[in-house]
Amino acid sequence: MTATQPISVIEESGAINGHAHGLSKQELSHCYRTMLLVRAFDDTCLKLQRSGRIGFSIPNKGVEACQVGAASALRKSDWIFPSYRDFGMALYHGVKPLDMMHNMYGNAQDSAKGRQMPVHFSFDAPIHFVSISSPIGTHIPQAVGAAYAAMMRKEDTVFLTSFGDGGTSSLGFHSGMNFAGVWKAPVVFLCQNNGYAISCPTEEQTASDGYAIKAKAYGMPGVVVDGNDLLAVRKVVGEAVERARKGGGPTLVEARTFRMGGHSTSDDPTRYVPKELVEYWAKRDPIERFERFLAQAGYWKKGDRDRLYDECMQEVGAAARAAEETARPALETVFTDVYADMPAHLRRQGQAAFDLAARKGDASAGDGKFPL
Amino acid sequence: MATLTLLQAVNDGLKTAMRRDPSVYVFGEDVGPKGGVFLATEGLTKAFGKNRCFDTPLSEDGIVGAAIGMALNGLKPVCEIQFQDFIFPAFDQIVSEAAKFRYRSGGQYTCPMVIRTPYGGGIRGGLYHSQSGEAYFCHTPGLKVVIPSTPHDAKGLLLASIADPDPVLFLEPKALYRSVKGEVPEGDYSVPLSTLRTVREGERVTVFCYGAMVPQAVKAAEQAAAKGIECLIVDLRTLYPLDEEGVLEAAKRTGRVVVVHEAPRFCGYGAEISAMIAENIIEYMEAPVARVTGFDTPFPNTLEHHYMPDDRRILDAIEHVHGF
Repeated sequence: MTATQPISVIEESGAINGHAHGLSKQELSHCYRTMLLVRAFDDTCLKLQRSGRIGFSIPNKGVEACQVGAASALRKSDWIFPSYRDFGMALYHGVKPLDMMHNMYGNAQDSAKGRQMPVHFSFDAPIHFVSISSPIGTHIPQAVGAAYAAMMRKEDTVFLTSFGDGGTSSLGFHSGMNFAGVWKAPVVFLCQNNGYAISCPTEEQTASDGYAIKAKAYGMPGVVVDGNDLLAVRKVVGEAVERARKGGGPTLVEARTFRMGGHSTSDDPTRYVPKELVEYWAKRDPIERFERFLAQAGYWKKGDRDRLYDECMQEVGAAARAAEETARPALETVFTDVYADMPAHLRRQGQAAFDLAARKGDASAGDGKFPL
Repeated sequence: MATLTLLQAVNDGLKTAMRRDPSVYVFGEDVGPKGGVFLATEGLTKAFGKNRCFDTPLSEDGIVGAAIGMALNGLKPVCEIQFQDFIFPAFDQIVSEAAKFRYRSGGQYTCPMVIRTPYGGGIRGGLYHSQSGEAYFCHTPGLKVVIPSTPHDAKGLLLASIADPDPVLFLEPKALYRSVKGEVPEGDYSVPLSTLRTVREGERVTVFCYGAMVPQAVKAAEQAAAKGIECLIVDLRTLYPLDEEGVLEAAKRTGRVVVVHEAPRFCGYGAEISAMIAENIIEYMEAPVARVTGFDTPFPNTLEHHYMPDDRRILDAIEHVHGF
């Protein structure tokens, strides 16, 4: 940890000591339920992966408050350029677990038509949750370009781009921050500093005093926030969003949190994370902290957690069953969407692939006739 | 019709695009008030304002990354990379992002955008102001790669590229910027992408070429004609997606093929043409395909005239396949 103290609203006890959060009971409940939905989706996907029903997943346990707190500061007309550990932002704005589960199974209903690995979501409604790619940091300058387009049309849309501590070492972080600073673009850069870039800890990632300080070099404010404190994230990201919306330019927010699982289901964090560190953060679970706050506000009682989590698990479980029963994508989807219009060479290759599959008897009923 | 250089035709194409479509934005390093290091964007900031034609920080990754974001959000960005040799920081943005957005989002997000960049040798630019990197990009599904060789095509292909719904890498042969002139229609017109141009008719040898190699091939063909060898010269002008059927037809007509490019030979564009012919029409061929290319070395400076294919090397290849 560094010398800069993160901004915090909810104390570990649950008290907020005079902070005004300005959120209605309904908004607070939605934040709470979304965090439980993230955890339910996460838990379900881990089980599905371990039982061989899906190939891959990205654990989110421990970082739910960052995602949901940040998303809650956005309007549906705003855009999110997410990393692969951000799906709570989509859930907050109304993306259905079923639509996400279609992606986890890569089936015919998946918005990416089964072309991407699981967790690489793409949604254009009810909010722009821009298609995720695996390379780190490439989406950061894209958010700035999208913001430039909104500026030119004199729209007040805000663009939030999210990345991890490792992402701050990428080319895209520096070019994106630099362009946004020069253009005074309406962008919020959210660095979720979860302690590790796969296995690489902060001290091997940067020699600077944390990540928020990097904002200074690009001429924008940099703020450190307690990432396990939903109200603090909401407050800090909310201020950045409003500044951007009013033409005040970009902000870098560093949310300090901890990833309680592996980088992915292919990773074993016990090989590199000290046990004591996990124990330290286990006591600082963002959902439990928010519950203590809700209880003090009179909005939560014992039993609510189990009831709501069960509801979420049922919704996610039903989504998984439905996604599992959905057919795989048709063979033609390998060849469509490469270009707006399919060039002749892809028609030939598609026809050949279809003919071979038919001849070898491994075509699916849903494959249809290749469109020649 | 005005008589313009290729560079003036590019400039005219940009102005035409910006006039017809208010969502067209032009930007890159030094492209604003200065008008670009070659002056391709001269006068655009003055005519269309500093929001629509502007300088960016010196970051190719940032330029292309921001262009992608603009395209995702409804603009038609036309960005410039000052020299193709400097495009590699943006390789990830082009290959991993622009070329894949439509596919990976099932069509939810698309990147209608153009990346213009001068390429190729002939200006004593040495290793880093001379390269022809087209092969790297032609290996990228989702991307289109276009190279004009005349002022007419430079404007018409640029307008077609800007109107295209997919990302286009528009490579401009800098050696021809001021050395070729030609008639260019005024106003809006387009030359369709993925179409070939027959430069010269002939029945003995087919020469496939593009960009700055086209005038060299024409010179070689004139010398060959004096020796009784009439050459069919085809300017490929859109390298990817290629009009493959047109290429095979042109190859079949003579059964003798020469492919010319400045880029190194190994895994160069000529290898694809050669393989396409071998796979599809070997029975029509009277001679092995000959490639006239840059050497498999970095691009030299003082001795660049030895590196770059010219009429004498092309003529040698024409005579070789003709006499096989």
